[in-house]
Amino acid sequence: MNATFNKYIGELQQSRVWRSVFRGGTGTSTLRNSMAIQQNVFLHLLSTKVRKRMLEFNATWYLGTLTLGTFGILVITGILLMLYYHPSAPQAYADTKDLQFVVSSGQFLRNLHRWSAHAMVFLVFAHMFRVFYRGAYRPPREFNWVIGVVLLLMTLLLSYTGYLLPWDQLAFWAITVGSNIASAVPLMGDKVRFLMLGGHFVNANALLRFYVLHCMILPLTTLLFVAIHFWRIRKDGGLYARHSEPDVVMTTASARPPL
Amino acid sequence: MAEEKKDRIQDAANPGIDRREFFVKMGLGSMGIAAAGTAVFGYQFLSPNVLYEPSPVVNMGRPESYQLDSVTLDVDARIFVIHAQEGFFALNAVCTHLGCLTAWKPEAGMIACPCHGSKFNVFQAGKTPGEKIEGPAPKPLPWLKMSLSEEGDLIVDRAEEIRPQQFVRV
Repeated sequence: MNATFNKYIGELQQSRVWRSVFRGGTGTSTLRNSMAIQQNVFLHLLSTKVRKRMLEFNATWYLGTLTLGTFGILVITGILLMLYYHPSAPQAYADTKDLQFVVSSGQFLRNLHRWSAHAMVFLVFAHMFRVFYRGAYRPPREFNWVIGVVLLLMTLLLSYTGYLLPWDQLAFWAITVGSNIASAVPLMGDKVRFLMLGGHFVNANALLRFYVLHCMILPLTTLLFVAIHFWRIRKDGGLYARHSEPDVVMTTASARPPL
Repeated sequence: MAEEKKDRIQDAANPGIDRREFFVKMGLGSMGIAAAGTAVFGYQFLSPNVLYEPSPVVNMGRPESYQLDSVTLDVDARIFVIHAQEGFFALNAVCTHLGCLTAWKPEAGMIACPCHGSKFNVFQAGKTPGEKIEGPAPKPLPWLKMSLSEEGDLIVDRAEEIRPQQFVRV
């Protein structure tokens, strides 16, 4: 039975269709294993080789991966919530209440979206602390730390723009306060606030702008920077492993000329 | 070498620039102009030209409807209409700290902001109405221009701030 199954799998993997999709081919050689990662559009951002020790929980506490996980949950639940939500005043509030009380699983999805958002902010900070205290931000990984700071900013902006969407009192006043903080920017503060809100008050224009930012611009920008962040891990020599870094890397990393 | 020399534009005024450099500069220059234009158009597009926001001038009704020594908050207009001994005046009810709507607290005899605890004076002697008593607010609540319409209604222009202590007497 098993032999028959393996035979069919083997034949399938040799077929023209399979080979057109997975060009790397099959096998257990190091080359084949590397190619399985390298030649896959989803996996090619990752390192082709990883130290086994770095895959254990203790090495990273999986904080970056968990952050990506919450982002994935947020994208999926967010798209589902979009199916019932109209970004118009006062319909937005009614839709939010419908999601709470009328739509099947609406409350579950909304809570999942909200708690994942909180968890993502927490995990981003935890990830940054972990990287900071391990010294993993040091050369040659210093630029990836900068990308990480951009991603922190993206996370906070996503949180902030999402806060207005329920269109309740809490949302309204939080965004009023937040946009007034933005207007404290020297010289162009009031203009920044005007562009942000699309008017002088938090009103229908502001709701629509925040909706577009929250559902389109910020998630796509975040995705782009996540891709760069992962690709940089590979380019900077994989995950930071303190005790296995060769001494020569540790001592000369900061003096290394740019590649 | 001979090829490169042939490529040079024989321009007496500008002998140092060759064709490649010329086209690179032209390309970068036109892309720069296009980028600047995009920035201008983007800025203009993002600034709404027409706003469907309420008029800054509001009619607050008959003066008789406000009792002496009363503070009335209009939540929609976001202003206080105050009938003091000296006459009528209007204060902007939006906190000067971060824009929350303040409220009149009759038991404390002052205006207070629910967000961060700023308090403002109304009737206390020796202090200007609108002046901050405590809290993070950087400025007093502004006085707004108030006038009487031909029918005798109180009219407040929320876009026009005036110096304090200018009362409307009816």
